[in-house]
Amino acid sequence: MAPSNPVRKTDSPLLEPRVPEEAKAPVPSAPKLLASKMNFFYGKFRALYDINIKIHTNQVTAFIGPSGCGKSTFLRTINRMNLTVRNSRAEGEILLDNQDILTIELSELRRRVGMVFQKSNPFPKTIFDNVAYGPRVNGLHRKGALKEVVEKSLHRAALWEEVKDKLHESAYSLSGGQQQRLCIARALAVDPEVLLLDEPCSALDPIATSKIEELLFQLKKDCTIVIVTHNMQQAARVADYTGFFFLGKLIEFDTTRVIFYKPAKKETEDYVTGRFG
Amino acid sequence: MIAISASFARRKAVNVVMLSLTGVCTLLAVSVLFFILGYLVVHGGSSLNWDFFTKLPTPVGESGGGMANAILGSGKLILLATLFGIPIGFCGGVYLAEFGGTTFPFIVRYVTDLLNGVPSIVMGIFAYTLIVLGPRPHFSTLAGGLALGVMMIPISLRTTEEFLRSVPQALREGAMALGASKSKAIITVVIPAAVQGIVTGIMLNIARVAGETAPLLFTSFGNRFWSPGWDRPTAALPVMIYTYAVAPYEDWHRQAWSAAFVLLMLVLTINVTARLILARRGHSRR
Repeated sequence: MAPSNPVRKTDSPLLEPRVPEEAKAPVPSAPKLLASKMNFFYGKFRALYDINIKIHTNQVTAFIGPSGCGKSTFLRTINRMNLTVRNSRAEGEILLDNQDILTIELSELRRRVGMVFQKSNPFPKTIFDNVAYGPRVNGLHRKGALKEVVEKSLHRAALWEEVKDKLHESAYSLSGGQQQRLCIARALAVDPEVLLLDEPCSALDPIATSKIEELLFQLKKDCTIVIVTHNMQQAARVADYTGFFFLGKLIEFDTTRVIFYKPAKKETEDYVTGRFG
Repeated sequence: MIAISASFARRKAVNVVMLSLTGVCTLLAVSVLFFILGYLVVHGGSSLNWDFFTKLPTPVGESGGGMANAILGSGKLILLATLFGIPIGFCGGVYLAEFGGTTFPFIVRYVTDLLNGVPSIVMGIFAYTLIVLGPRPHFSTLAGGLALGVMMIPISLRTTEEFLRSVPQALREGAMALGASKSKAIITVVIPAAVQGIVTGIMLNIARVAGETAPLLFTSFGNRFWSPGWDRPTAALPVMIYTYAVAPYEDWHRQAWSAAFVLLMLVLTINVTARLILARRGHSRR
């Protein structure tokens, strides 16, 4: 891991979608996550219909689709975050490295599968304590080791240079984009194998967004990334694979290139060309 | 045209009347506090001196003396009440806000609201039957503290619950997404995020019971001496005020005024401090 990830400067990050070379022809790899026949119910309402999907190791997978289509719900079944929803029920199977996630102890699963939320949610603590929270919860208390983990995680989230002189100030003193990168650093501090991002840029301006997208390129070297996004350009820019959700069903899942240039299904084509949604 | 302008004039008149009526009522409401304050400063502040805080009450006929025992007694009663009432209310509030389902919290909330509405003298009778008439019947600090403590439960429970509920769900999820168990998330993130509000609630609660007289009348009863330990009758400021105010001696009346002034200042200080803590919410760094 390089000590810092300098942010690549682009004049207009949004005007020219950069489709990375590797995104055009992803190398086939072993699936990190394998979902089969996932169903999800909020009370009587069925939010997911038989989702089958293979998420590849060290690739970025994006879920797109209109609001309420189930993409966030599916994301939150991967780390079993939906458990907190009352009267909800999940059916089906998700394998993480060929192990059923139901057999993994919950705190272990959440450590291995990190999550970044739509709205940045730093704890009302100092910047240092925010990043150190995960390691502490998982039993790391030695001061030197904590300091090391915090610095490394902030480097990985490309935030170190901006906060290294104010680690003991409140996390709320940071800007919105910095707060979101702090949340990414916090998630990285427990060294997750998979990082789930639930519309991480929807509340950010284009510059902060481009910084986070840059970050994803760096992170996928040692992390499998799943990102839910409302922004199709973002999926096109960052993702190797893209899944299109509609009305609780995974309509189509393929390499990003195929989804955006030669989708097999009519609904997918209508959505990515902006005819609805 | 004429009809319209007449109705305009009427509406204007109604407006003026209503505005002045509500304004006068507001003024009345505010001025009550200032009237009481001013009255107490004039009557109580004038005869207040250092002896009041350091000396015991003098026998009838002898001038001077103070209410040191009552100040200490009130302090002990409030300490007991806090130790008894706050933990129960706090833990109950945490349970309701974080673990309760839907029906059970509804019932508990309703019951605590009822408890909150129980007249304070009934709380006194409760502690009286439970402790004063207990195995070794006598009045005690313990009984008074218990009576006040029971009064503190409903408010501390409700404020804890409200402030915990106002902590965004995103913080709980953020903590759990890092591998924290639900209780770990509550202890390390949710409660710290709400702690200012909860502390404020506790302080307002203390300020409220500090002035209670009725529950103490037949629990801690009152006396004119020091009361070491917890199992003997003890003096308390509000009861002292009552005893001294109804006595036929001019000197005692002045002492009662002083006691009232001290008690009010104490309650006001706690109130203002609590409000200041609450106002600082969100700006502070922890």
